[in-house]
Amino acid sequence: MIDWLSEPFVLGFMQRALIASVIVGVVCAVIGCYVILRSMAFLGDALAHAILPGVAVAYLVGVNLLAGALVAGLLVAFGISFVSRAGTIKEDTAIGIFFAAALALGVVLISTMNTYAVDLTHILFGNVLGVTRTDLWISGGLALAVLVVIGLLYKQLLVVSFDPILGRTLGLNTYVLRTGLFLMLAVTIVVSLRTVGVALVAAMLITPPATAYLLTRRLPSMMAVSALVGVVSAVAGLYVSYYLNVASGGAMVLVATGIFLVAFLVAPARGVLWRSHRARVAKAG
Amino acid sequence: MTDLLELRNVSVFYGGRPALDSVNLHIPHGAQVAVVGPNGAGKSTLFKAMMGLAPLRTGEILIHGRPPSEYRDPVAYVPQREEVDWRFPVTVFDVVAMGRYGRGRWLKRLSVADRDGIHRSLERLNISDLAQRPIGELSGGQQQRVFLARALAQKPHVLLLDEPFTGVDISTREATLELLSSLKARSVTVLVSTHDLDLASGRFDQVVLLNRCLISAGSPDEVFTEKHLQAAFGGQMVVVNGKAIVVDQCCGAHGPVGGVDGCRCETCNWARGAREDEP
Repeated sequence: MIDWLSEPFVLGFMQRALIASVIVGVVCAVIGCYVILRSMAFLGDALAHAILPGVAVAYLVGVNLLAGALVAGLLVAFGISFVSRAGTIKEDTAIGIFFAAALALGVVLISTMNTYAVDLTHILFGNVLGVTRTDLWISGGLALAVLVVIGLLYKQLLVVSFDPILGRTLGLNTYVLRTGLFLMLAVTIVVSLRTVGVALVAAMLITPPATAYLLTRRLPSMMAVSALVGVVSAVAGLYVSYYLNVASGGAMVLVATGIFLVAFLVAPARGVLWRSHRARVAKAG
Repeated sequence: MTDLLELRNVSVFYGGRPALDSVNLHIPHGAQVAVVGPNGAGKSTLFKAMMGLAPLRTGEILIHGRPPSEYRDPVAYVPQREEVDWRFPVTVFDVVAMGRYGRGRWLKRLSVADRDGIHRSLERLNISDLAQRPIGELSGGQQQRVFLARALAQKPHVLLLDEPFTGVDISTREATLELLSSLKARSVTVLVSTHDLDLASGRFDQVVLLNRCLISAGSPDEVFTEKHLQAAFGGQMVVVNGKAIVVDQCCGAHGPVGGVDGCRCETCNWARGAREDEP
């Protein structure tokens, strides 16, 4: 058993994959709590796709792909926040416009490349085995920065997410905080690019927090449980990927979804089985 | 009594239309004021303006003769129940603790004094035993008390309650009124928006009757004249047995009361009852 568990990590690229997976599992799961509580799931998915042109440009000019993704993600996060602030169109419409335009630009740029199919697949679905030492340092640093900011702004983000009117009467700038959250989300997606890819990162942002929501009653414990689910999914997904020789990003998301379904059925108080049991007891009583 | 709150020629516009038009208002220190008017009369806008959330086109708002920005927590607001996300993972204690956050305290931990203040607010509303419960598990009345406790924890100069008597059970209604009485003893100034004209005339010192402009403000007897009510509610008001009944103040699901049969909202029931009482 121990051998079975440790065998993959004799290899250097698997060690790097493990570290990258843990980073992604934690940071996505923590910021994802705000994504689901503020109903920003569509935004998360859109931001992820919108970094595609940044990756493409970085590839074309030969700089680190994460750097290109970061620039594109921050630009789109700013753009959505600015356009929706103007108030003339709704936020989800603004998201739809920016996201589709950026995705289209990305596809156009990538289609000019010779190795179109392979690279696009890696960007869309991740290639955790190709994580380099530099990637690890960049994504580790960014993830740490996001977690520190979320920790420092805990009260502010809690108040503006739960009761923006109170936030404003207490002197918070809700626009700045919201934009800050968008930017951190963009950074998180960039961190996850290599591991799960832009098409699947939304699942790592949403599924572990949704699972944690079913199991907890307060935001700090929701974040902790979410991070745990995120890490377990990422690491277990990596094992599945290694032993069954399947795509790692997809395996991680499927493990996370499996954990969610179990929680959805059996979670105390909020699970389906629990609720139907309570309904039966109430009926019998 | 000295003026606590003063509105001088306050106008607020939304998209070129006035939501509040040249409102002048003096609220004495410690007064309990009911704000009444038809739907869309600017009751919520008035509250937003007082909280500094609606930009003033003209005029100014003063607290103790000075701009609200000179005070910490000048105004506390109790939102309508529908405005709150009850599925948010916070406990009763967490929500009340938010009342102690604010300018300059965002990065500090709650002090012992903060915790005492939170617990006192919980006790005042008789919900200490619910402190660790998630807000989604509470009854409607308990939920309202949580937000009242939070407003108390803010130690505001002015307390704004948006429709606190809509859709709550009798015990919460009584608890809310009781709290208002005890706040009176502590000279906290309270403004309450309500659709319940009976309650406004029976339980409040002052009434502010709005319909974008200020129709009338003063004691209930001064304000609730047929002329003023006609001006505020127009054809939407009927007088039954000498009592004014506003016929459009419904659940919002339909037009005038009686427009849809079988509506069981509070006002429809009330109007129906009053109609049946007629000889």
